[in-house]
Amino acid sequence: MKSFKLDWLLLPLIGFGVVLVVWAISSNTWATNLPSPAKTWESSREYVLSPFAKRGEMDQGILRFTWYSLILVAQGYGLALLVGTPIGFCLGLSKTFTKIFDPIIQILRPVSPLAWLPLGLVLFMNAGKEAGTYGALFTIAICAMWPTVLNTAVGVRAVPQDFLNVGRVLKLSRWKTLTKILIPATLPYMFTGFRLSLGIAWLAIVAAEMLTGRPGAGGFLWQEYNALIYEHIILSIITIGLVGFALDRLMSLLERRFKSI
Amino acid sequence: MAFLELTNVSKGFGGPPVLSDINLSIGLGEFVAIVGYSGSGKTTLISLIAGLLRPTAGAITLDGQPITGPDPERGLVFQNYSLLPWLTVAENIALAVESVYPGKSPADQAEQVDRFIAMVRLAHARDRLPRDLSGGMRQRVAVARTLATLPRILLLDEPLSALDALTRASLQDEITQIRRTDNTTILLITNSVDEALLLADRVIPLTPGPGATLGESVTVNLPRPRDRKALNHDPEFKRLRALITNRLLGYRTGVKANVTRKLILPDILPEDLDAPRVNRPPRRPSEIREEVVALNS
Repeated sequence: MKSFKLDWLLLPLIGFGVVLVVWAISSNTWATNLPSPAKTWESSREYVLSPFAKRGEMDQGILRFTWYSLILVAQGYGLALLVGTPIGFCLGLSKTFTKIFDPIIQILRPVSPLAWLPLGLVLFMNAGKEAGTYGALFTIAICAMWPTVLNTAVGVRAVPQDFLNVGRVLKLSRWKTLTKILIPATLPYMFTGFRLSLGIAWLAIVAAEMLTGRPGAGGFLWQEYNALIYEHIILSIITIGLVGFALDRLMSLLERRFKSI
Repeated sequence: MAFLELTNVSKGFGGPPVLSDINLSIGLGEFVAIVGYSGSGKTTLISLIAGLLRPTAGAITLDGQPITGPDPERGLVFQNYSLLPWLTVAENIALAVESVYPGKSPADQAEQVDRFIAMVRLAHARDRLPRDLSGGMRQRVAVARTLATLPRILLLDEPLSALDALTRASLQDEITQIRRTDNTTILLITNSVDEALLLADRVIPLTPGPGATLGESVTVNLPRPRDRKALNHDPEFKRLRALITNRLLGYRTGVKANVTRKLILPDILPEDLDAPRVNRPPRRPSEIREEVVALNS
């Protein structure tokens, strides 16, 4: 079959079209509480067309909300990388360390952000007004950490023996072995971990905002559910999806840069 | 007293010994080549000398000092170059120089790096990454990296085996050149008898493993400089080549190794459709059979 030049544009559009049709039909037939696409757009217009407006604490432009979420994600994600990468290195380098901590990691890894958040709030209860922020950061960091930890560990174990032998024959210091051999050799794996971690951090933010009621894309979603403005739930979902997609693309660009070495 | 001395060295990895009862002594300034089949334990032998592996039994000494681990005084050139792909040519060599001579001033270190890059004629590729270099150029960088640490003995582990014939010849000349200017002690491991005879003062065959050991050493009395083209017609060269080749072949008939491998046959059976089926159900399980393959025959 001959492929058209516009395939990359046309074919995804067909996909979007199909979803829109299913959505429109559903809202008209069996799910009558589901706002139709047209109604959703009508009700969301203000939020999309003036995306940075601030009319009140929980009534702001959608990109302004997104921006709040992104800031919180960036902090929690940074924390996850800061903690996760060294743990990954320790796991990759030491069999004993792996034997001690691997079981606990495997147990903590599948725990949902929704489960961590209450614990985070309890942990930082004494922080007063900032308890919600710290709890959210804790949740994002602990959930987003695992892919970084595990990928870094795998990467360190996969460093070719030849490179390590070069280090041994030259009697490189520990620091030089780390900076000149181990880290560069592990970098591609680390970036895969970083990308997956960012995806999870973005997943966790919604949960964190919902439960703490912070202004943000997820907080807005929950508030509008309670306010019975269901159109805005869909607006939030679309925004969260698009931002997550953009973040993933961004990271895979970075990742490719490092993989080319 | 020999410079490098191996006495009754054996090495195994749990199973039957790969190397057994290796005795070798190399004098200061000597160029010795060890020739053997692939898989006979050549790399294991040089790793023992480099200190990357510890012998199961026996002792290795350099200048009377027992070898306890890797050290830049025994400069190893790896079979697969092992350049760090994220560092440029100069950075790869600088890493070695900085690590071995931390006391030198940065200017002296840089000078030493550049001197050895020039020595292998790669000044033009100084700031390139290994992936942008040809195989021969990479190996020259690897040689320069090792030489730049001024090792007391140079260990070459099949350094040219991955290169094409022409590049190989030019690098052989380069090794001869290095040897003539520095008079370094060199141990070369190779699978090419011609290469060994062209370069070395002494050639020692390694019998095929398991339990490989060194054969009788053959002194190469060919005058230097040795010309590759002229050598081919030199009666002494022909005699030595025949001698070493015959020895290697002789070991080969002596030792035979059998490897049993599992064959998974495809899940089909030819069936004679006309033949009457008598008491035989159709068979369709995938069949697993074992086949014995004789190596070295």
